[in-house]
Amino acid sequence: MAYTEDDLKKELETKEYEYGFYTDIESETFPVGLNEDIIRAISKKKEEPEWMTEWRLDAFRIWEKMEEPEWANVTYQKPDFQNISYYSAPNKKPKYNSLDEVDPELLETFKKLGISLDEQKKLAGVAVDIVMDSVSVATTFKETLAEKGIIFCSISEAIKEHPELVKKYIGTIVPKKDNFYAALNSAVFSDGSFCYIPKGVRCPMELSTYFRINQAGTGQFERTLVIADEGSYVSYLEGCTAPSRDENQLHAAVVELIALDDAEIKYSTVQNWYPGNAEGEGGVFNFVTKRGLCETNAKISWTQVETGSAVTWKYPSCVLKGDNSVGEFYSIAVTNNYQQADTGTKMIHLGKNTKSTIISKGISAGKSQNSYRGLVQINSKAKNARNFSQCDSLLMGNECGAHTFPYIEASNKTAQIEHEATTSKIGEDQIFYCNQRGIDTEKAIALIVNGFSKEVLNKLPMEFAVEAQKLLEISLEGSVG
Amino acid sequence: MDLKDKLVSSFLAFENTVDVNSSIHDIRSEAIKRFEQQGFPSKKEEAWKYTSLKGVLKHDFSIFPKEENALEFRDVKKYFINDLDTYKIVFIDGKYSSHLSETTHDKIDVCLMSAALTHDKYKAVIDNYFNKVAKQDGLTSLNTAFSREGAYIHISANKMADKPVQIIHFSTGNEAAQMLQPRNLIIVDENSHVQIIERHQSLTDNPVLTNSVTEIYADKRAFVDYYKIQNDNEHASLIDNTYIEQQTQSVVSVHTFAFGGNITRNNLNFYQKGERIDSILNGVTIIENKQHVDHYTLVHHTEPNCESHQDYKGIFDEKATGVFNGKIIVNKEAQKTNAFQSNNNILLSDKATINSKPQLEIFADDVKCSHGCTIGQLDEKALFYMQSRGIGEKEARALLMYAFANNILESVKIPQLKARINKLIAKKLNVDIGFDL
Repeated sequence: MAYTEDDLKKELETKEYEYGFYTDIESETFPVGLNEDIIRAISKKKEEPEWMTEWRLDAFRIWEKMEEPEWANVTYQKPDFQNISYYSAPNKKPKYNSLDEVDPELLETFKKLGISLDEQKKLAGVAVDIVMDSVSVATTFKETLAEKGIIFCSISEAIKEHPELVKKYIGTIVPKKDNFYAALNSAVFSDGSFCYIPKGVRCPMELSTYFRINQAGTGQFERTLVIADEGSYVSYLEGCTAPSRDENQLHAAVVELIALDDAEIKYSTVQNWYPGNAEGEGGVFNFVTKRGLCETNAKISWTQVETGSAVTWKYPSCVLKGDNSVGEFYSIAVTNNYQQADTGTKMIHLGKNTKSTIISKGISAGKSQNSYRGLVQINSKAKNARNFSQCDSLLMGNECGAHTFPYIEASNKTAQIEHEATTSKIGEDQIFYCNQRGIDTEKAIALIVNGFSKEVLNKLPMEFAVEAQKLLEISLEGSVG
Repeated sequence: MDLKDKLVSSFLAFENTVDVNSSIHDIRSEAIKRFEQQGFPSKKEEAWKYTSLKGVLKHDFSIFPKEENALEFRDVKKYFINDLDTYKIVFIDGKYSSHLSETTHDKIDVCLMSAALTHDKYKAVIDNYFNKVAKQDGLTSLNTAFSREGAYIHISANKMADKPVQIIHFSTGNEAAQMLQPRNLIIVDENSHVQIIERHQSLTDNPVLTNSVTEIYADKRAFVDYYKIQNDNEHASLIDNTYIEQQTQSVVSVHTFAFGGNITRNNLNFYQKGERIDSILNGVTIIENKQHVDHYTLVHHTEPNCESHQDYKGIFDEKATGVFNGKIIVNKEAQKTNAFQSNNNILLSDKATINSKPQLEIFADDVKCSHGCTIGQLDEKALFYMQSRGIGEKEARALLMYAFANNILESVKIPQLKARINKLIAKKLNVDIGFDL
């Protein structure tokens, strides 16, 4: 019998989360709830200097006065912020110098994810700063990087060892009072990555971090800060998978990118947190603030493949401050079952001759809702600014939704803006065409979905593209080859 | 006392002048309560993010029309499309002007809302249609509460209106500041056809705020062609709320030509209630100075095999601000929907601003929906090409802009109206070209 879209739908509905397992590692967890004492305790635990503690407390005071945003096109049971534990760290604290010292159980976890460290080490020259429940437990290739003067470490280490850099840049592009979740993150961030590329250095390898949420009832608050000094280049990869769990988990990360004059940052994300089961129970809440600042001639490129999380609320943005700076955003968002995604980007053009490109592909299946929300703003001083946006949606089945909410604000006559959006389904004629040429329906759907997302997949670094394909398979197995 | 309080308390005075026992009165009382709750919209509301009424609402508007300020036809002749034979419904300061109007009850009803609301003959129709499709937001409710006068057009089944209808509202400035709230009801029965031209015109520099509500019901296979000409002076603000309900196979098109006014806000809502419906929304905006035009459109597809076409073009000079907010909702039952939306803009000045928000909300999979939005300038190469062939720069620019808006002008089906709009555009662009090239 021919494979039809209905079959695909059925398959999607029954597809269980493959990476749903739970690693039994002893964790040191703080009591639930949030108050100034907890923040002081987090800060103390991490042996942070006084200014950092004050910075966190200031953010907490701002957060207390803020209200949870409701404008996004998502509905969910709001998390009870007093019922979350704000700190958890794998218990075996000492830092490892070699893989042998790492908890074998942890290594086993990563093996299941197909990102075993030794393989990674041998393979493509990727340095991995693994964040397992907030604290980095293994860092590789640090020495190679150190030779070039590149700093790549956990943010808590950076606070201790490079306070001048952290102090100068943290919170500059995502201020504490930016939004509810950014303020929360600023107050309680547990750990994250820090990266500094010195002037004129081209980072010789892709830097990557794998995020995991592991401890039951633990909030995850990552803080990433990437600084590319003048004329430097870095490609940064971030990937996530999380174990199966019934209770909702909150993730509120903040990523700040700073590209100084002539620098280039490429930031790629593959996100595959637990999306909840077929009834829409459980799953991760992903409320992320990501923003980059471009100085003169700088370039920031965001690429993301979003397949997981029950609720996603994420807008990687570029502030094009310097003249001739370039911002790019490439995104594939796949939603299935009861997943909800409200994602997009903001391109703020401030400098002259700034350019931005937005390519967003949304694929909705099951009973999911997928929204693109983007802002293109051309300031009155941004002469000759140029933007191109394209948002395409693919709907599978009749119970899902695809939405587009673009905001375009131009106050300069030299601005050139193009925005285009389409919504479609996989046409029977397309399938028929493939069938005619001996390609069975399953392969045909794979081919079409692949072609639909090709523009974005192509933007991923080689090493990551493989994983991205793998993650797409989990969300849309049977449709992606 | 701010305007909201004034309006709410004036409602008591208003009640003394109307028949409080009619069924309409309950609708009015409900409406004033809703307005009291919701008030005027502020920029905090998503729908009003880019348009602020604050500057307009600070005037001390008088709410009730005084006695008719007589106008001679020769004084206002230029505001009519007078080389076209039409029915005319003319209001001066909110009061019906019988000597400027030409109405009919011969087979079709082209008359007054006040008559329809008070005569028993119309009761069944009013009960059936009045305030049924209108949204219950603050501004519409305010209009409903004070609804008394406007145009009432009822084309019964299988009739074709023998000539177009012009609805014109003049304000003469016999009040320091005036608020007008016309309420129009247009019912087009099965297989019927009507063309309507609507215009609001202020004749003085006194501030005017018009909060107009129009309900249009197009029954099966009905055909409605509606033209809105907005070319007012810079002291007149207009909030135009139009609600359209369409039945199977009906075709309704609304063309909005926004060439002037202080703040112009067009809320245009299409609700499709049958299959194989076509909804057409066109607009040309050409403004300068500090003028502000906001097009807020909604097309709600609820049944299969329907279409909608939206095409809005804007040219903004000096400190003008343009807003386009278009929303298409496709319910999951509405398979095989074709919905298109396009918004193109040209900015001529560094101080001009355009904010565009074309939105799609789609719940059905077998649909073709697209939207496009561009913001750009005139093509320098094309300008140079024309100049090198002896066409002056100003004329060359005007030609390009005319070409930019042309496909919407082409959709005007009344030749005399098209000629008039061409003239208005030539005047706007300050060139002496006959554009019917």
